[in-house]
Amino acid sequence: MSSLIKVENVTKSFENGGLVTQIVKGVSFEIQEGEFVAIMGSSGSGKSTLMNILGLLDKPTSGKYFFDGLDTGELDDDKLAEFRSERIGFIFQSYNLLERTTVLDNVLLPATYLDNGDMKEAARKAKVLLEKVGLAHRLDYSPNKLSGGEQQRVAIVRALINDPKLILADEPTGNLDSKSGREIMEILQDLNEEGATIVMVTHEQQTAECARRALRIKDGLIFEDVAIENRRLAANGDYNK
Amino acid sequence: MNTKFTVNFAWKNIVANKRRSFLTMLGMIIGVGSVISIMAIGAGAQSYVFSQLEVFGGNMVGVTPGASEEDGPPASVFGVVITTLTYDDAEGIKKIEHVTAVTPYANGNMKVSYRDKAKNVDFSGVTSDFMEVENSKIAEGRFLVEDEDGTVERNAVLGSEIAKDLFEDENPLGKKIKIGQESFTVVGVLTKKGSSLISSQDQQIYVPVRTAQKILLGIDYISLLRAKIDDEKNINQAMGEMESLLRNSHNLKAGMGNDFAVRSMSQALDIIGTVTGAISIFLGAIAAISLLVGGVGIMNIMLVSVTERTREVGLRKALGAKRKDIVAQFLVEAVMITFVGGVIGIVGGTIFSYVVAAAATAYGYRWDLIVSLNSVLLAVGVSTAIGLLFGIYPAYKAAGLNAIESLRYE
Repeated sequence: MSSLIKVENVTKSFENGGLVTQIVKGVSFEIQEGEFVAIMGSSGSGKSTLMNILGLLDKPTSGKYFFDGLDTGELDDDKLAEFRSERIGFIFQSYNLLERTTVLDNVLLPATYLDNGDMKEAARKAKVLLEKVGLAHRLDYSPNKLSGGEQQRVAIVRALINDPKLILADEPTGNLDSKSGREIMEILQDLNEEGATIVMVTHEQQTAECARRALRIKDGLIFEDVAIENRRLAANGDYNK
Repeated sequence: MNTKFTVNFAWKNIVANKRRSFLTMLGMIIGVGSVISIMAIGAGAQSYVFSQLEVFGGNMVGVTPGASEEDGPPASVFGVVITTLTYDDAEGIKKIEHVTAVTPYANGNMKVSYRDKAKNVDFSGVTSDFMEVENSKIAEGRFLVEDEDGTVERNAVLGSEIAKDLFEDENPLGKKIKIGQESFTVVGVLTKKGSSLISSQDQQIYVPVRTAQKILLGIDYISLLRAKIDDEKNINQAMGEMESLLRNSHNLKAGMGNDFAVRSMSQALDIIGTVTGAISIFLGAIAAISLLVGGVGIMNIMLVSVTERTREVGLRKALGAKRKDIVAQFLVEAVMITFVGGVIGIVGGTIFSYVVAAAATAYGYRWDLIVSLNSVLLAVGVSTAIGLLFGIYPAYKAAGLNAIESLRYE
């Protein structure tokens, strides 16, 4: 069985006015379906850049990135966009919900970009998922009426609406307090228990320890790749920022 | 990509900031409103012109002195005074087959007074055939009679408005008025006819032609003449014969141009119709410029909107929006703004045209409100096109944004 994610000697350089800076200097790893991986590093370590590559938002300067069996280097922009909508769910640090839009419509957004989207089915799914995260009574609310934790929960449902193969979370608890952060981690851990593959970028120790595996990145290179012993279980209240 | 979602979202965006949306649309509203108004008023003018045909009957032919193109206005319009047309010409024309009536006109303007009232009035020296030629009716008394033709009788017939101005509630018949220094007896008053392009009978005084020529004006020519033809189908033939007769009496040899112009009523109205049409098009073009300005305004606002929504664009791309999805989203918004602006403009323009039509009717002109389906479709089509045209650049700019950088944008 091939890995969901296979990264082979990936580098990423940026050019700025003639000056070339290499941010990711050659990383290789594999992630199987059902894993829960935390990518940790300080600011400037290259974790965000790596995340963008994993999320098909950016292409490596060199090396290969195989996602779901396909060599992503061969895909054009439109195809990449298609992959993103169908197979990847994004969760952002600042939620990134659309302002003048209801919770329901926010959640349905990825479904509208599917080539053969069945909106009725998606709406049904959305309501079920929102129920699951405890927001069934907030369908018609706009984001500015929701707390940070509630917004992030909406964002999680949005990420799930197209049944993606991979969930990418960029500092999911970064803007949340301890209590909300715990709620979010509980949801993510539940999803992982049910089989979802989650890759999470974070610099918060407590958050990272909720995952099952940690990739530590520094100066563009991975210097540690270990399973997490005794991970925290948010449901047990074992989470305090 | 889901159309319903896109349209819905675009509409929400427009409604979310009503004031800005309205200001953006304003150029469109004014432009479309102007075009609709101009086209409606132009059509109203033309319909009014053609309605004159009914008032005077289509079988009227006019002869004006001075050479002029038949499809252009007569020389006198430009203020030229030409002295080649005479009362004899009128008498000669009367003998032509199919001509049922002919009247010459010796026109002038003088101070007219009755007791203590005085005003400058247009007058015409005509013959008894005037009534038949101009389809007029007498309200009181009588018009000039055949016996008076060719004489220098001091009899006058008043138009309905003049009678009111000078006599108010008094009966004018038999009373004496002064035209210039001469004393005239009022023998009749015409019915109210309403204003028209061809004549303003209500404001005029009619006297025998010789009286006008010799006593009032001291001339021996006439300003123009009009003839009535018995049947529409004979008009061209009659016009031809008039031309021959006049060429002969004016001693014009072969190769020499006419020193007069013969026009049928319908020709005259054609000219007016063409002129009003040309003016409408000209004004319409100017209004179209304001549409362009409106379009530029929209493009401007859309560009600002794109910048403001950079993060949103980044998010959409991350969630799977392709370039064309982003283009479509912003284009739909632009077209929606122009479309709504266009609709408001159509409504506003129609209301304005209605006001103009009502005012014109109140002044005695038979003016119809004509907002054609064509003009509405044109307005809608043009506003949509402007939305597309001026929305494309901002839309493409949005589509070209880099997802990652956009997501970081504050």
